[in-house]
Amino acid sequence: MSAIDQSTNLQESTLDREELARIRNQRIAKIGKWALPLLVFIIVIGGWHWLVTAKEIPHYILPGPGLIAKTLWQDFPILVGSWMVTLTVTGLALTLAVVFGGGLAILFTQSKWIEMSFFPYAVVLQVTPIVAIAPLIFIYVDSKIAGLLICAWIVAFFPVLSNTTLGLNSADHNLRDLFQVYGATRWQKLRYLQLPAALPYFLGGLRIAGGLSLIGAVVAEFVAGSGGIGSGLAFRILESSYRLNMPRMFAALSLIVITGVAIYLILSYITWLLLRKWHDSAIKRD
Amino acid sequence: MTPTQTKTAPATAGAATSSTQNLLSVQAVDKVFAGDVVALKNLNLEVHENDFLSLLGPSGCGKSTALRLIANLIEPTRGSIRWGTKRQNGDLSVVFQEPTLMPWASVLDNVILPFRLSGANLSEVKDRAMEMLGLVGLEAFANAYPRELSGGMKMRASIARALVTHPRLMLMDEPFAALDEITRFKLNNDLLLLKEKIGCTVIFVTHSVFESVFLSNRIVIMAARPGRVIQELSVDAPHPREEEFRTSAEYAAHCRAASDALHEAMGGTHVSH
Repeated sequence: MSAIDQSTNLQESTLDREELARIRNQRIAKIGKWALPLLVFIIVIGGWHWLVTAKEIPHYILPGPGLIAKTLWQDFPILVGSWMVTLTVTGLALTLAVVFGGGLAILFTQSKWIEMSFFPYAVVLQVTPIVAIAPLIFIYVDSKIAGLLICAWIVAFFPVLSNTTLGLNSADHNLRDLFQVYGATRWQKLRYLQLPAALPYFLGGLRIAGGLSLIGAVVAEFVAGSGGIGSGLAFRILESSYRLNMPRMFAALSLIVITGVAIYLILSYITWLLLRKWHDSAIKRD
Repeated sequence: MTPTQTKTAPATAGAATSSTQNLLSVQAVDKVFAGDVVALKNLNLEVHENDFLSLLGPSGCGKSTALRLIANLIEPTRGSIRWGTKRQNGDLSVVFQEPTLMPWASVLDNVILPFRLSGANLSEVKDRAMEMLGLVGLEAFANAYPRELSGGMKMRASIARALVTHPRLMLMDEPFAALDEITRFKLNNDLLLLKEKIGCTVIFVTHSVFESVFLSNRIVIMAARPGRVIQELSVDAPHPREEEFRTSAEYAAHCRAASDALHEAMGGTHVSH
């Protein structure tokens, strides 16, 4: 479009030294965005490797990165089952957080009375440390997976609830008036005004909830302790520490880290997909 | 003097207003906010079919409140607002000072909104929305998002949305106040053409003397604390008015009269008891 035409014209005709320098800086910044973190990663891993070999640290105290990678490869058949359990609990907890957090937020905006009645308890649930409630939950809930799920959900649902509530209430007041002038029903107001206006807020909450549901799933399993069927990565870490199998501990830990980063990247991508056309947060400016 | 005393236009005035049937009448309306803030005191207003009526006054004179009352967004504390013939869905539209477009919807989807909310079949009204976008010069931007438009273009989209249902009454609350003067003049001219084409009545809130004289056939001048009408002027230059009208002696004389009345409204030389 016209903006593109202008910029190409600019490059062809009126490009001076200052602008060249500006464009070069932009290019460097673009490369630096991924190259610098990668560089830090390589330095840390290299330093770690050097430390372990130079000081001859025994592998049951601190295994080197090479050994951890090897263990990850060799023990993968053992770890993969646990990984799936953690992934399932995390995914389900996040889904439930979206359904109940979002649903409750919609209910809250439909009725002031419901919000007044229940919002304080949502806060209570949020501020109570999950490690303190988890033992109780595992007493009352027979299924271990269900217990894990409840714990992870309690941790994850609040950011979705509070962000979505804020978003639903932040629709432009003139647009609200406009909807009223045209005699919009409550449902139309929700569907065409409040939900779209809440979307950026909801997605912000979702990204926080994604990380928290993984943390919830792992922490709850530490509390749940005992192994058997349905043991996630946290149980593998506990088990490995009892057996002083540090390399496997680190391997399980790295799977948790990979999962957390992947969740963040996926949710960021979804956010970008949904907002790229209209929301300032997803639009690049020169 | 009573607050309602007005310098009423002679019956022959307003050559553009062929029909003078009553569209709407505001009868003895008071609006009191928060118990004791009197926003409007004894507002009486007869709005005729095809009027271009400006509410002109300093800030705090209740002109926006009057508009919100007419739009039925707020209820009068006393008095009543009656339509000549019953108001149907789509008879009334509002243009705010901000373009008030939905940022998540394309320009076309924004313009189609009134139909969507009235439950119309969207495939049937899409042509009407496109036609309206053509009238405001935005047909090439139907699929663009509001953030891609300039301030003036956003306001054009907002006006297209307000006119797409062919309303009988369009309320405008300082719609061009945030625009630069060149854009504002262009939009003033286009607004008059659009009004003729659609054939609607306009109530236009402004604090610009020049804008109100250029656009209106009636100017209702209001004063603040409490908000009230102090005078009504009629601008009987024929519609449609072209750019030349801005430089005519007639225009200058009307601006002078409106300015003087406004000074009075601000409490300049006027003694009210």
